[in-house]
Amino acid sequence: MGIRIEKRRVISNTLLYLTPPLSVLATMIAGLFVFALLGFSPLTTMYHFFISPLTTGYGVAELFLKAAPLIMIAVGLAAGFRANVWNIGAEGQLIMGAIAGGCVALFFHGQDGFWILPLMGIAAILGGMAWGAIPAFLKTRYEVNEILTSLMLTYVASLFLSVLVFGPLKDPGGFNFPQSKMFSQSATLPIVLEGTRLHAGVLIAILIGIAGWIIMARTLNGFQIRVTGLAPAAARYAGFNRNRVIWTTLMATAGLAGLAGMFEVAGPIGQLVPSISPGYGFTAIIVAFLGRLNPLGIIAAGLLMALSYIGGENAQVAVGLPKAATGLFQGMLLFFVLASDFLVRYRVVFDGRLSKAASKESA
Amino acid sequence: MSTELIIAMIATIVTAATPLLFAALGELVTEKSGVLNLGVEGMMLMGALTAFGVTLSTGSWTLGILAGALAGMTLALVFGFLTLTLMSNQVATGLALTIFSIGLSALIGTGFAGKPVPKLPPVWIPVLSDIPVIGKLLFGYDILVYLSIASVAGISWFLRKTRGGMILRAVGESDTSAHSIGHNVIRIRYLAVAFGGLMSGIGGAYLSVAYTPLWVEEMTAGRGWIALALVVFAAWRPWRALAGAYLFGGITILQLSMQGLGTIQIPAQVMAMLPYIVTIVVLTMMSMKSRRGGLGAPACLGKPFRPAT
Repeated sequence: MGIRIEKRRVISNTLLYLTPPLSVLATMIAGLFVFALLGFSPLTTMYHFFISPLTTGYGVAELFLKAAPLIMIAVGLAAGFRANVWNIGAEGQLIMGAIAGGCVALFFHGQDGFWILPLMGIAAILGGMAWGAIPAFLKTRYEVNEILTSLMLTYVASLFLSVLVFGPLKDPGGFNFPQSKMFSQSATLPIVLEGTRLHAGVLIAILIGIAGWIIMARTLNGFQIRVTGLAPAAARYAGFNRNRVIWTTLMATAGLAGLAGMFEVAGPIGQLVPSISPGYGFTAIIVAFLGRLNPLGIIAAGLLMALSYIGGENAQVAVGLPKAATGLFQGMLLFFVLASDFLVRYRVVFDGRLSKAASKESA
Repeated sequence: MSTELIIAMIATIVTAATPLLFAALGELVTEKSGVLNLGVEGMMLMGALTAFGVTLSTGSWTLGILAGALAGMTLALVFGFLTLTLMSNQVATGLALTIFSIGLSALIGTGFAGKPVPKLPPVWIPVLSDIPVIGKLLFGYDILVYLSIASVAGISWFLRKTRGGMILRAVGESDTSAHSIGHNVIRIRYLAVAFGGLMSGIGGAYLSVAYTPLWVEEMTAGRGWIALALVVFAAWRPWRALAGAYLFGGITILQLSMQGLGTIQIPAQVMAMLPYIVTIVVLTMMSMKSRRGGLGAPACLGKPFRPAT
């Protein structure tokens, strides 16, 4: 009996949406082995990693808090990936947004005004966009690979933030710590749930996810993005402008990443510090794929990925699991999701009695 | 500047360039076969970790470097299985490889932080190493530096002069034609991907046992990505990769020594941005030029191939 691989004529929709949860399951099973190998009790560690964070209201609020930036960035990234635009520098765009928003907050430090937060948001979006405009310009004008430029700019952004908090933006009364002044009340996002750190930005993030779904599924812009990625020749023939798609997707991602950065510094952090993101910009890539590049899927995937951050911290406190386990889990998960794509597009056929019987039945 | 200082500076440029050169050469061969592996950073990182760990526990550089090479190759084969056998997206899979490796190396490496290994010593070549000036300049390096230069010559010869090299290029330029005249495209690509991993692993190993003989989380600091850019800069030609790697080595050392001088009123972080900004500028210049002449990227780069059955 031989085994043969056959391309599906139509991709399997059932498998398309079933494989991400299966990948999560596979990651968890692999995780049990990793825990055991590292000398931790697998089930106890698994409990502290994946279940115990969800047993308190505070834990669930933290989950949404960490999911917010992931969802915002991944929605933009997914649109780009669909159009074959590989912006992997969202982390840098997030940092630049945080810097721009933070500068507004510090400029109006001590002042009151309902307009300060919206102004910070606009500055953050523009800051992120400015950073995203560089790879977009180089790609559309000179065909420079956006993967490499956007990533290089992430290192530059991170160093730039470091220049600022070690230099001009350092809090003069901060005992020489590399951090800015704490933002004023008027420049801090309001808490929406008493006793947690859940801020208004989280609600905006979820609205963005839903809006992203509507745009991608229901508008001409979304259609153009999808066609450009699936069939570039057809898109050209239909008169869709490839450069416009590159600019649109990169600007959308960069703006959202910038806003996410501002939500971090005006939310849970409350000031500019040398490190404002535990790699949200990179993890969002996994979130986009795990959510099948579908904004609604991304909301679910973002929550799950947020759990890997909180679970990692929780397991570190509870059983001393190294924090790096989070990154390992995230990488493994992306491997499984990408591998499972194979099942969506191809089927395994067993030659011999079994398939003959099957073909008779269908005939 | 005295002659000695200049010689010392050139020597540090060479050592800064060597890890980049190994990784770029490996990726060059991988890309020549038509496969784009963006996991160079991850493979270098695991190579660095493994080489450090093995050198630390066995005391043998040879074993350490071999282990590093093997680690890079193992990861490359995982990438190969996903992209060549399961035909997953090469860009996404390469990114996954890097994210995974950053996590895995940090996890395994927690015990290694702060422990030093002895630095890979220079090879002593009788008579030649004793020649004043030239002796130090040309014959004062460790074995991997010479291996990297030999690799440039070897790969250049292999790609241009041998049958194997011709087949590899054919697979990268037109997978369907290569398949139709009877070459096993997938097998050849597996070999090229594995070689790429091997070289990235050695590049990483060089970082942790020769360049800075210690283990630091994410110690590759973007060198894998710069190596990817170098392949474009080199227009897929090994000798140009050598020139590119030494140019970047020079920039790295320049910014480090300017930081060290301390007389110039520029924050250290601004100087540290230099290699990344130069990468972008160089890529742009190459792409501007390519509009006139053509960069020479393999035609099938990044495209999946599945033989019709």
